[in-house]
Amino acid sequence: MQAGSGEVPMAATAGMIFDIQRYALHDGAGIRTLVFLKGCPLRCPWCHNPEGQEKQPQVMRYENGTEKVAGRRMRVDEVLREVEKDTVFYDESGGGVTFSGGDPLLQPGFLLALLKASKAHDLRTAVETSGYARWEDVEPLAPFVGLWLYDLKLMDDARHRKWTGVSNARIHENLRRLTTSGARVIVRIPLVPGVNDDRENLAATGRFVASLGAVGEVHLLPYHRAGMSKYERLGMPYTLGDTLEPPAEEMQRLAAILQEWGVRTKIGG
Amino acid sequence: MNERVADLRRRSVDAKATVSMERARLMTAFYRNAKGLSVPMLRARAFAYLMEHKTIVIQDGELIVGERGPAPKASPTYPELCCHTVEDLEVLSSREKIPYAVDSATTQFYEQEAIPFWRDRSLRDQIFASMTPEWLAAYDAGIFTEFMEQRAPGHTAGGGQLFRKGFLDYRREIEEELGRLDFLGDPNAYDKREELRAMSVTCDAIIRFAERHADLARELAAREADEARRLELLKIAEVCGRVPAHQPRTFWEGLQAYWFVHLGVITELNTWDAFNPGRLDQHLYPLYRQDLDAGRLTDEQAKELLECFWVKFNDQPAPPKVGVTNAESGTYTDFANINSGGVGPDGSDGVNELSYLVLDVIDEMRLLQPSSNVQISKKTPDRFLRQALRIVRKGWGQPSIFNADAVVQELLRQGKTPEDAREGGTSGCVEAGAFGKEAYILTGYFNLVKILELTLHDGVDPRTGRQLGPHTGDPRQFADFDALIAAYDRQMRYFVDVKIQGNNVIERLYATEMPAPFLSVITDDCIRKGRDYNDGGPRYNTSYIQGVGIGTLTDSLSAIRRHVYDEHAISMTELLGALARDFNGDDDVRCRLMDETPRYGNDDDYADDIMRRVFDLFQTAVDGRPNTKGGSYRIDMLPTTCHVYFGSVTGATPEGRHAWQPVSEGISPVQGADRSGPTAVVKSMAKMDHIRTGGTLLNMKFIPQVLEGDENLEKLLHLVRSYFRMDGHHIQFNVVSAETLRDAQLHPEEYRDLIVRVAGYSDYFCDLSRALQDEIIARTEQVAF
Repeated sequence: MQAGSGEVPMAATAGMIFDIQRYALHDGAGIRTLVFLKGCPLRCPWCHNPEGQEKQPQVMRYENGTEKVAGRRMRVDEVLREVEKDTVFYDESGGGVTFSGGDPLLQPGFLLALLKASKAHDLRTAVETSGYARWEDVEPLAPFVGLWLYDLKLMDDARHRKWTGVSNARIHENLRRLTTSGARVIVRIPLVPGVNDDRENLAATGRFVASLGAVGEVHLLPYHRAGMSKYERLGMPYTLGDTLEPPAEEMQRLAAILQEWGVRTKIGG
Repeated sequence: MNERVADLRRRSVDAKATVSMERARLMTAFYRNAKGLSVPMLRARAFAYLMEHKTIVIQDGELIVGERGPAPKASPTYPELCCHTVEDLEVLSSREKIPYAVDSATTQFYEQEAIPFWRDRSLRDQIFASMTPEWLAAYDAGIFTEFMEQRAPGHTAGGGQLFRKGFLDYRREIEEELGRLDFLGDPNAYDKREELRAMSVTCDAIIRFAERHADLARELAAREADEARRLELLKIAEVCGRVPAHQPRTFWEGLQAYWFVHLGVITELNTWDAFNPGRLDQHLYPLYRQDLDAGRLTDEQAKELLECFWVKFNDQPAPPKVGVTNAESGTYTDFANINSGGVGPDGSDGVNELSYLVLDVIDEMRLLQPSSNVQISKKTPDRFLRQALRIVRKGWGQPSIFNADAVVQELLRQGKTPEDAREGGTSGCVEAGAFGKEAYILTGYFNLVKILELTLHDGVDPRTGRQLGPHTGDPRQFADFDALIAAYDRQMRYFVDVKIQGNNVIERLYATEMPAPFLSVITDDCIRKGRDYNDGGPRYNTSYIQGVGIGTLTDSLSAIRRHVYDEHAISMTELLGALARDFNGDDDVRCRLMDETPRYGNDDDYADDIMRRVFDLFQTAVDGRPNTKGGSYRIDMLPTTCHVYFGSVTGATPEGRHAWQPVSEGISPVQGADRSGPTAVVKSMAKMDHIRTGGTLLNMKFIPQVLEGDENLEKLLHLVRSYFRMDGHHIQFNVVSAETLRDAQLHPEEYRDLIVRVAGYSDYFCDLSRALQDEIIARTEQVAF
């Protein structure tokens, strides 16, 4: 987590964005705009936004020969202007802005400035995160975040390290602190066959979530391969090539494991 | 649906459209012998002759009865308006899309009797003979179309009076007006007398028509072996003996009364947009409640009657159209468009239990006709909109969705009273009107893109080399973008003038030669004024010109502004050269124009401001100009299928469109140019001032997965509500993937029942021209993230 250190939050009025998508349907209530901050401390092989992993801009080479750069520096006011284009839809639907990534917590100063500006403009906010950050970076954000969409990928720390490259200790600690402080949290589990779809992992997740008490619900997000072509465009290997999307019955079965722990569980975001 | 309805529906769907010569034969026989009648009386007696002599049909299992032709889907012709040639009949029966079977007896009758008699007599011949060379040149070039060249004015819908009065009541009112005529002081007293007498004749004629159905029903009952059916036939006889002579007393009578009126309107003349029952759910509601409270009717029975009623619409395909009229409106659909929801005359929420029942009927029937729509006001419960969207999500394009508050505002702006505006709604595709009180006549589509093409060629049509418009200068000499816009404006105004001059002649031809006394009876205030529907009799008289291609026009201008004037990257000379070559060998230029131009539909003010500017120019060129009926001109922004025809006469355009390809549709973005998601589309569309139109049309295409599940449905609901909050007039969705549509092109036999949204109506995909199929496939699919 060296990336976030050294930044003075309020001075950081610009940051690295790799996409802004309107009419996002699966990342919070209502009609939302999704702002993708570039850079992520994790390296999950199923990541469907691989262009969000590196902090710096990257060239994507398309099949038809054209090139596009993923990542550009944007100021807070530029982002807000884009986000506020859909204010009428947020007002009508109870939607708002969701900051995603990458992991937006990797640019904590920029994120804090975005959240404060959003709040000042009466926008409902959500943050989608891996949770892997220093608590000193998370805590100041909390008053400005309406909803946390918080990933729990694997409960066993060794397996977590193996698949994501980092330990989950800090992730669990941050989640515990957030829920204790009264934050609204939805836990999300990207379910990847052969990685984390075993009973043991889900039961452990259920136990952990139940122990937190304050978590709204758990969303199980079935693995999909929609991001695969992006790996090619970035010249990155896609190592899960043989993995299949889990069938609907399987998802139901897995959801039932969590429900055994009294955890409200939904399939899909 | 129950077995009866399923059977009626199946027969209706399976029936093939044919041309029936019955009406033409009766009309010819009548006109041969008619002597000494004023024009209104001639038309009224002709109507009475038809009602007395046309074949009466009651099909097995029917509850609501009456056909326009001698059989379901047997479509009559109207030789007094447009006498089909033998060649026309051959085209009709042999064309691949939208054919009408023509038997040899019909062709023979046309050859030997109809054509010799009606040649030079039919109104169409008079219309073309009355037009100026400028008008004819513009018409031939595809700058505008002319709605009235083979079909009569009639964009209109029924008001509440249809359900509150019988034709004996109308006749009494007519007699009162006749009694009030002042032959001393009123120079128009004679004209009024003839018109009122003509109206009175048509009242008797429609009552007689109903009685003939009652007679036939009794005859069939006498021969009927099945006791249940025998009782039904006797009930039909009772209903037809009662309505439309008297005010309907029951739900059944209400539907049957309307249906006779509908048949009267579409038999008298081949009015554009057939006719429609206006606020059906609101007008029928008192009858429904009375029957329900009296224990005479259950919801199941009400639904069955409505479904029997629905089938009747489907049995009446559009009158056989030919030539440009077929190109601008190539469909069997005749645009009877049933409104549900909206507000009541007092401004209260208009949704009632019947509105929900109608939605069930729409869902179950899945018929091309009638078209259906829901009118959504800010007072409309979400439940009603949600229920409508559940049907929309099934993908066949009905019901369409209108902003009732915007419709009311549009009508108020045009000078309607609040009560009349609220009883109004939309008919045809998207056209706002005061139901039962207004003739709101669409006069023709206007090719906005072709105007730009002429502007870029100093008034010359590059397709033919003819100088059609004024000289507005060599575009290579234009100093800046504003100079280009000024030249465009001059060209556009010139052709609007040519169009209106033609309209002013055509309106008078209909007023003097082709009155519609039956339609006048049921349209307020024709009786009170003693004036015909086609002659300013209605309370409100509006003439529309419908702009087509604003998306293509906007993107073209945006491309020129960006690349020629802002960045000087492409010179006007280079651009004109590339357009003339249809971009042959100009791939780089074309890519640049297509991909590096801010495009309309992305919530980008660079493009959207241009849209606003050209919209304002067109709107102010037309809006408020007087027509010949005491009313005004207004604009609509809708295409039916005319964007394909207009594209077929327009060369390559600066946004990269190849020559002869369709232009953009409605107010929708250019197919494939909107890449920022549905909210951006809706935002761009809302930058147009819809309130200053009489209707705009927005179609969006979603892949089915985006609308799956309750939450996504809710977001669609919010998308619609947001659009309406920004005063959007209408929105409709195609929910089908391009993949499915491509497969349907390859295997039409497997997709015979695939219905898609075209413009303001739905149609069988396989019945669409290939160009239109391709155009729908090219529309952007909204995927979500």
